[in-house]
Amino acid sequence: MKLETPAIELKNISKTFGSIKANRNVNLTVNNGEILSLLGENGSGKTTLMNMISGIYFPDEGQIFIDGKEVVIRSPKDAFDHKIGMIHQHFKLVDIFTAAENIVLGLKEDGKYSIKQVAARVAEISAKYGFDIDPMKKIYEMSVSEKQTVEIIKVLYRGANILILDEPTAVLTPQETQKLFAVLRRMRDDGKAIVIITHKLHEVLSLSDRVSVLRKGEFIGTVKTSETNEAELTEMMVGKKVSLNIERSEPKNPQDRLIVKHINCKNRDGVKVLDDISFTAKGGEILGIAGIAGSGQRELLEAIAGLQHLDSGEITYNNPKTGITENLRDKTPLQIRELGVRLSFVPEDRLGMGLVGNMDIIDNMMLRSYRKGKSVFLERKQPKSLAEKIINDLEVVTPGATTPVRRLSGGNVQKVLVGREIAAAPTVLMAAYPVRGLDINSSYLIYNLLNEQKKHGVAVIFVGEDLDVLVELCDRIMVIGSGRITGIVDGKTANKNELGLLMTKIHQGGEKDE
Amino acid sequence: MLTTIASFINAAIIQGIPLLFGSTGEIITEKSGNLNLGIPGIMYIGGISGIIGGYLYEHNVSQTSAFLCILIPFLSSIIGSALMSFIYCFLTVTLKANQNVTGLALTTFGVGVGNFFGGSLLSFFGESGSISLINTGLAYKTKLPFAESLGLFGSTFLSFGFLAYLAVIIAFVASFVLSKTRVGLNLRAIGENPATADAAGINVNRYKYLSTIIGGAIAGLGGLYFVMDYTAGAWTNDGFGDRGWLAIAIVIFALWKPKSAILSSFLFGGLYIICVYIPGLSSAAKELIKMLPYIITIIVLVTVSARKKKEHQPPASLGLTYFREER
Repeated sequence: MKLETPAIELKNISKTFGSIKANRNVNLTVNNGEILSLLGENGSGKTTLMNMISGIYFPDEGQIFIDGKEVVIRSPKDAFDHKIGMIHQHFKLVDIFTAAENIVLGLKEDGKYSIKQVAARVAEISAKYGFDIDPMKKIYEMSVSEKQTVEIIKVLYRGANILILDEPTAVLTPQETQKLFAVLRRMRDDGKAIVIITHKLHEVLSLSDRVSVLRKGEFIGTVKTSETNEAELTEMMVGKKVSLNIERSEPKNPQDRLIVKHINCKNRDGVKVLDDISFTAKGGEILGIAGIAGSGQRELLEAIAGLQHLDSGEITYNNPKTGITENLRDKTPLQIRELGVRLSFVPEDRLGMGLVGNMDIIDNMMLRSYRKGKSVFLERKQPKSLAEKIINDLEVVTPGATTPVRRLSGGNVQKVLVGREIAAAPTVLMAAYPVRGLDINSSYLIYNLLNEQKKHGVAVIFVGEDLDVLVELCDRIMVIGSGRITGIVDGKTANKNELGLLMTKIHQGGEKDE
Repeated sequence: MLTTIASFINAAIIQGIPLLFGSTGEIITEKSGNLNLGIPGIMYIGGISGIIGGYLYEHNVSQTSAFLCILIPFLSSIIGSALMSFIYCFLTVTLKANQNVTGLALTTFGVGVGNFFGGSLLSFFGESGSISLINTGLAYKTKLPFAESLGLFGSTFLSFGFLAYLAVIIAFVASFVLSKTRVGLNLRAIGENPATADAAGINVNRYKYLSTIIGGAIAGLGGLYFVMDYTAGAWTNDGFGDRGWLAIAIVIFALWKPKSAILSSFLFGGLYIICVYIPGLSSAAKELIKMLPYIITIIVLVTVSARKKKEHQPPASLGLTYFREER
């Protein structure tokens, strides 16, 4: 067993996407026989960094050393040749194949192809590290944790020495997580170098030998797990408070606009994504939602917009014009609109759910208004003037209003989408990551727009990832973790460390839903 | 009565052979995720290419040899249909064109080209009014020498030209390759989930090209069998009819399994001609009976879809163009 010898070393690695610095001068060392946790908030560049090791991206600057020798990794195949194996969050498996078939897929081994021999080797690896898997079971019959096991065995079968796991516990139950950790510890004792990307602090503390922290693409430092604690790690992760000078006015005459009571919802795999969520959004205030990506933010917004089926709970809406209380639960998005309930929705996936890429800006405006008017023919004057207004007001960089949205840059696409949703004069405006991928100026433009809507008495629900912004912009901040509300705090008194702890907090005794 | 049944079975197999070539070729193609609807056109091309090759040979030498009579049309047929499949691949894999549109265009094109060259060749034959390559046809129709001596069994099951046996052998080989080899595993993975195959280091485009071209060449042999063996070296415009579509229907009926395609093809071949064996049918009733294969295919499709058994579904990414993830 090789101990304390570096398996892989990164020196001054930098990577930029457009104007965004995803990684800046990152230095990282992983030793053989060690588990290193890579800790950081969303968008701190953890996955980008690991993708550079596994050959998906190529670093702009910096060097990578494996076993002391400098290497160039240009493709996943190169990474595999250097015995690096990455287990992605989204599994790459063929559903109708057996575990063994998936494991051997694409391999150029010598000798006769025999699935029985493969199965025997898989069984051997399983026995060595304590996996529990039937090599002849089909993937589509497997649980998420079994699929993950197949992915891990796949890289071990290929002789990987350095294993990178991207948020492996995100999809696992606590019991399955314990099982995985036991396996990882056994692999560590076998001399393998393991990197685990995570933002769950308690996992970091219980599993890893050392922790490296990234914040906004920058390398903050590496500490020994035995010499640190939750509070210190949280501070390294979220950093000191940064003043952004976002204007925040006092909410005027806030009234309950949207009342969500005890809603529960499961995803297609039967995993609970919303767990007993209850809150109230008030007109004239901005309610921030903080949480690790994939904690149920998307499902929550979709549930309110009528796009997500709920298992239980209710969502009621107080119409400010008529004073009537409406029930939104299980209504179609169209019915919600017809009731006079206006929900404007900026989905996380801009082009996927919000806009049609091949249509121009005017036509995309009409997606919201095509039902207006009685004539058989389309009325394009109003959408045209709206499109031009948005282009002017939000400084959208485009050759013209008839340019297909697909051709605009990400930030400009975002402006078109937000602009259209706000133009629909909503009473509840939900925005998920509306500044993702935008530069500073455009981001402030969006913050001001949200503030303006708030002054008009709109109930704004803002899902954000930058804690600094949430603290400065929102009147109240609701934190969700694993589909549950872990706390609702006042925006004026909240601080980042508090939010960080709430985001990574795990519920005691409440998670055993199986 | 027995002889009638025997002759019906014999006729069903003869009708089924072109379908078997077509469906085996299409199964190999579809396993790579390419839905090649150009198969009917490719089978026409396979037929006319064979005719052209045979014509050039038979009319340029004074003494034909049976071996070359077989080899030259065989090779020209394979080249013709492989070229068509190459066009399909270039458009859908390299240029990422829509598979359905490309396939349908190739079918229209293939039928047109077949009829055009058929019509042109016809003028060389002058007065006789039809193209017929007698020597080539005879060579292709050569039966197993011992078939005659086996009585009814021999005349029912063993009285075919060599292409018929080749069709069955190819189907078995295809079945073996798909289920028992690394190449087959990789190919099936591409049809199911090209992104996963790509990540596993498989050259997705190369597999798509090769399987589609090989599949197309096999399907083209169906056209060759039809013109050389079934019609004994004669070409009539539109003579091949809608058999190409029937072959695609068999792919669904056989649930993408080449072995099942063998009996399915003979069954469909039988249904295709059963109206001849039922006495006293009006022409309208004959047409209705000719619909049976398609109706059965629809029923199979409905039941298979309703049962949702994963192994019986088409390849998951069938008909979808594969784009490598980009950022």
